[in-house]
Amino acid sequence: MALFEEIAGERIGGHRPWPRIVVGEDGWRAVAAELSAGRYALLGLWGDMGAAHMAVLVEPSAEIAVVTVECPQGRFPSVGALHPPAIRLERALRDLYGLDPSGLPDTRPWLDLGFWGVRHPLGDRTDPAPKPLAYAFLPTEGESLHQIPVGPVHAGIIEPGHFRFTANGETVVRLEQRLGYVHKGIESLMIGAPLDKAARLAGRTSGDSTVAYAFAFARAVEAALEIEPPARAAFLRALMAELERLANHFGDIGAICNDASFAMMHAQCGILRERVLRAADVCFGHRLMMDCVVPGGVGHDLPVAGVAHLHELLQDVRRVFPRLVDLYDNTASLQDRTATTGILPAELARQFGAGGYVGRASGRAFDARKRPGYAPYDQIDFDMAVFDRGDVNARVWVRIREVEQSLNLIEQILRRLPAGPISIAVRSEGRSGEGMGFVEGFRGDVLVWLRIEQGCVARCHLRDPSWFQWPLLEAVIEGNIVADFPLCNKSFNCSYSGHDL
Amino acid sequence: MRRTLFESLVRRPLTEAPPATDDAALAELAASLDRASRRRLGRSLSIREVDAGSCNGCELEIHALNNAFYDLERFGLRFVASPRHADVLMVTGPVTRNMREALERTYNATPDPKWVVGVGACAVDGGIFAGSYACCGRLSDVVPVDLYIPGCPPSPKALLSGLLTLLKSTEAS
Repeated sequence: MALFEEIAGERIGGHRPWPRIVVGEDGWRAVAAELSAGRYALLGLWGDMGAAHMAVLVEPSAEIAVVTVECPQGRFPSVGALHPPAIRLERALRDLYGLDPSGLPDTRPWLDLGFWGVRHPLGDRTDPAPKPLAYAFLPTEGESLHQIPVGPVHAGIIEPGHFRFTANGETVVRLEQRLGYVHKGIESLMIGAPLDKAARLAGRTSGDSTVAYAFAFARAVEAALEIEPPARAAFLRALMAELERLANHFGDIGAICNDASFAMMHAQCGILRERVLRAADVCFGHRLMMDCVVPGGVGHDLPVAGVAHLHELLQDVRRVFPRLVDLYDNTASLQDRTATTGILPAELARQFGAGGYVGRASGRAFDARKRPGYAPYDQIDFDMAVFDRGDVNARVWVRIREVEQSLNLIEQILRRLPAGPISIAVRSEGRSGEGMGFVEGFRGDVLVWLRIEQGCVARCHLRDPSWFQWPLLEAVIEGNIVADFPLCNKSFNCSYSGHDL
Repeated sequence: MRRTLFESLVRRPLTEAPPATDDAALAELAASLDRASRRRLGRSLSIREVDAGSCNGCELEIHALNNAFYDLERFGLRFVASPRHADVLMVTGPVTRNMREALERTYNATPDPKWVVGVGACAVDGGIFAGSYACCGRLSDVVPVDLYIPGCPPSPKALLSGLLTLLKSTEAS
């Protein structure tokens, strides 16, 4: 393991499956410098009582390490000062824990909008600031600029957040996001929670990725407690994960076309999405498969009727979907809207470690199912779809290819599904340990880190892929017209709830 | 494209029969509606959805109401973009403190007569997020609620049944 040998510090025992290393301020700065130089990618940065952690990845070997710096003085050297993708994470950490990232270039609050009745709820819980301060949006200069404030309540049936556009005529000069509206305090609810309640909380971090979160959480628990779920459970987890991916990709491909006013694709993809959810309901008793992945295995076995239903689903999708892909590809008015719109340069995708279709449409060939990989994806095969144009069209194409791959994966899973138990007992009483789960959701890689003390969750951090995608959306809309924002936005489909926690 | 359109013409529609309405909820609702407002609304209700901190699970199922299987608009129910055009506010989530003001302003921007439908376990009592420093908890502590549709998330069928109950009570004379 070259990575943790490179980082000088004290290796902590009982942190699995990747190492955690406690470093001094200099060591922390050295890791930040490696991030800035592009040798590491940032996977997450979060707080703890009197300490800050960050997870880093080396591509292409996909070695991972967690680096910790203690903050006895209540501060640590800012990573964001050297590596911009860390800025929002550090702003959030400061709001929640009250630790000061020294040298942070942007010191405005991020998740704390001034309504909690307490400051630093996960740290020393001090009294709130006297009254909410007005948020200073970044300045724009130039002739004939006007601002368009949007949200937090949007026009559609979507999550809340605020977008501040500055436009010159139709052209967007700057977009600035303000998020945090759906901050529910999930990390505080995790503290002291028994494992079953914590698993349900993790599964409600972002409802569209409930399987991915429950999967990553279960893997983190299993790593911390050194248990291995049965093989059948691993395959059933992957089956659920691929069904979730299918449902979301269908929904979003349709919705992107709908944002270009092409309603027929929306209607047809909506039918496919509904069929997937109904299949999930037949197989696992819940349309979104909430609480179906649990630490130790899965909560539901696949009934015989479910297998037949899935074969029918595969057949149905394979009959209809290629026709819809042709329709998408051969409709000039639709292509006119998606091709060359909202281009994300490869360099930005790499710098931010953008996961999922956002990264893979801009040449970043990373998929957690491949590397670092996890069961059962080491036993089933799929091709990673990578495009390099980086526009809305490329992001749609990644999803089209992933639909095809998920269909193949489901077929392989059904063919090779091992017999046997679907879970093993999780005996956590009195146990302690630290673990990390890293799972590819439909949107990108989901990271869950936790520490178990006396059988309950002492700390748990859930990092949504959106943390590294939201800032890129601000970048891709620049120079595009306001009317193309819905297309760009939907092609990213970042999570508000997963980000706001 | 022609083939897909042709199939839509010759195939039986996917749209399913509406689910039964909830009689207990209907009796409760009838009390909250006066005759004048029923007359004004006729057989049509406009709905404004507000996510007040949901995990977005409820939004996914509310979205599904518009698909070919449930086809909400056949009942005269439709989602609108502005609270000023709405008769019904459909609210999800444990009402995060960060969303409280936006929800109250949306409620105040909705013209009378209006109804509030709380959707999902979180709206009922804060659900799994109850007790957090960041959530108000119960939706009825923030705005008056006329109907709850529980579930985590409620299925489109449960949502449809709840909304039809609301529609029926606005029609009953």
